Amino acid sequence: MSALTLTPNLSGHDDLYQSLVALHEGLSEEDSLKVWAKLALLLANQIGDRRVIEAAIAAARPAA
Amino acid sequence: MANVAGIPVYKEIGATPAPATDTDSAPVVIVGAGPVGLAMALDLGRRGHAVTVLNRLDFVAHCSKAICFSKRSLDILDRLGAGDAVTDKGVVWNIGKVFWGGDDAPVYQFDMLPVKDQKRPGFVNIQQYYVEEYLLDEVSKLPNVEIRWGHAVEDVTPGAEGVTLDVTAGGQGYRLRADWLIACDGSRSTVRDRMGLDFEGRVFEDNFLIADIRMTHEMPPERWFWFDPPFNPGRSALMHRQPDDVWRLDFQLGWNIDREAAIRPENVEPFVRAMLGEGVAFEREWYSVYTFQCRRMARFVHGRVIFAGDSAHLVSPFGARGCNGGFADIDNLGWKLDLVLRGAADAALIETYNDEAIATADENILNSTRSTDFLTPKSTASRALRDAVLELAGAHAFARPFVNSGRLSTAVSYPASLLSTPDAETWAGGVPPGSPVLDAPHEDGWLLDALGDDFVLISHGWDGAAPEGVTRLEVSGLAAERLALPAGGATLVRPDQYVAARWQHPTTEAIAAALSRARGALLKGDACLH
Ligand SMILES: Cc1cc2nc3c(=O)[nH]c(=O)nc-3n(C[C@H](O)[C@H](O)[C@H](O)COP(=O)(O)OP(=O)(O)OC[C@H]3O[C@@H](n4cnc5c(N)ncnc54)[C@H](O)[C@@H]3O)c2cc1C
Repeated sequence: MSALTLTPNLSGHDDLYQSLVALHEGLSEEDSLKVWAKLALLLANQIGDRRVIEAAIAAARPAA
Repeated sequence: MANVAGIPVYKEIGATPAPATDTDSAPVVIVGAGPVGLAMALDLGRRGHAVTVLNRLDFVAHCSKAICFSKRSLDILDRLGAGDAVTDKGVVWNIGKVFWGGDDAPVYQFDMLPVKDQKRPGFVNIQQYYVEEYLLDEVSKLPNVEIRWGHAVEDVTPGAEGVTLDVTAGGQGYRLRADWLIACDGSRSTVRDRMGLDFEGRVFEDNFLIADIRMTHEMPPERWFWFDPPFNPGRSALMHRQPDDVWRLDFQLGWNIDREAAIRPENVEPFVRAMLGEGVAFEREWYSVYTFQCRRMARFVHGRVIFAGDSAHLVSPFGARGCNGGFADIDNLGWKLDLVLRGAADAALIETYNDEAIATADENILNSTRSTDFLTPKSTASRALRDAVLELAGAHAFARPFVNSGRLSTAVSYPASLLSTPDAETWAGGVPPGSPVLDAPHEDGWLLDALGDDFVLISHGWDGAAPEGVTRLEVSGLAAERLALPAGGATLVRPDQYVAARWQHPTTEAIAAALSRARGALLKGDACLH
């Protein structure tokens, strides 16, 4: 998992949090899911390194 | 026994009488004269072996099955002498377009022949019965291949040195003993069933309607696929041209439907009109509903019984990997069984068919499963992800490669093949061991056509002596470039056009060693043949 940064790597966390909440305002659960998916795809492409993305997927997965 | 209930006839052949005695024997028996069994018979027959084919039906069926035949299959059919007939009749295409909703501009587009200057196109579309007919034409030229029409295998008794079959023909039973049996008897394989062998995998909960219709219609020869089109909201559809002004229309229907009702003309035709316009004039060719599965046997080789084609593996039609995968099987098996039958290789060589054909089947199943997961999302979250991809793909190039309407069949490589000699030098590109030779112009024709049915040493300005048993072929220009051969280099090619080894500085000894390795010399006896 060394490829993935797991320490703070940006600033303005409260602003970002608010943007993520606002993204879903007025959306049905179904549309919210789609918006999350879009965001994940956009960020994955931006990261551009499949090892990092796979490490992030592993870190996001609920512990068994 | 023609006109078996429900199976339309394309070409009547007539039953072959049962043999005069009730026990018979043959060196090689193939069960099934579908495309895979016929191609297998042709490959072994052309190599001079006596082959007996048993087929339950005594006619070629007129069904809506495979239409998309890949470049790799055309290369194999070329080697077997049927490539021109298939390509001349077929509709040549390379481009696939994927549409979303009512938009006229595709969200994604692909080219099945990214490398140009090859003899064959990425694909041709042609009805499966034509392919069977052309294979049959070639098989009929071989006096050493006998097809027994209307002969059904009822039971199989495998033994150490061969197999005994119980066969019925025209109500009469007989026993047939074979040294080798190749089971090409399709997805419901009797041979697999009677031997009690597994066939594991996934069934997908979705139904698709095929409407093969006849009409005159102007459209480029391309594969057009829709997600959520206005004429089949929330589902998918496909439109593809076949020869004779026949078009394949394919509509996703969903899971809980009445399949009998779905193929009644009054239920099919509204789909066709919604897609093509109220006024469209067309005739019904064949309507059917199919579901699909991705499955394979754990092993394809069971002693003297070898499975190939749908009997061994099944995929969804969305990658056109079924019949194309079956042709890859027989292409891989033909030369190996030939060497074993001639006593030029140990039976252990057949075990590498098991490895390589399973590698092909696994790649086909993987791709096919991924396509179906995109087409038929299994959960709310996977549907959201699929729809997110489609929405983004409309606006942004980055998302387009995620769009999966079927990853169509291309040749599979065997990087881990035990028959390959790994590179000892550093290569920049070219075709590595375990991959098929890339076609290129060669003299007045094409490189692949020049390879033939045996081991070939392709050299680029190397004038050393090739070991016995290897045909020489000298190349230059694009052919050498595509193999990344420097002046003085050479590539050893297997009879199925796969690279076995390559050298920038070949020696006769190194070539001889790679040749015997490619013929299975390093494999362990027949201990693994179980
Ligand atoms: C709707 C649809 C679309 C498809 N599209 C494509 C495509 O575009 N491209 C592609 O590559 N593939 C496609 N496929 C898959 C393709 O049709 C199959 O992979 C192909 O037919 C397999 O050939 P086969 O010779 O292994 O088996 P089959 O064609 O099933 O032939 C088996 C033969 O064995 C005979 N037989 C069976 N049991 C016995 C017995 N006990 N004794 C004697 N004979 C027996 C049968 O009569 C039959 O002739 C499609 C399939 C479907 C259903």
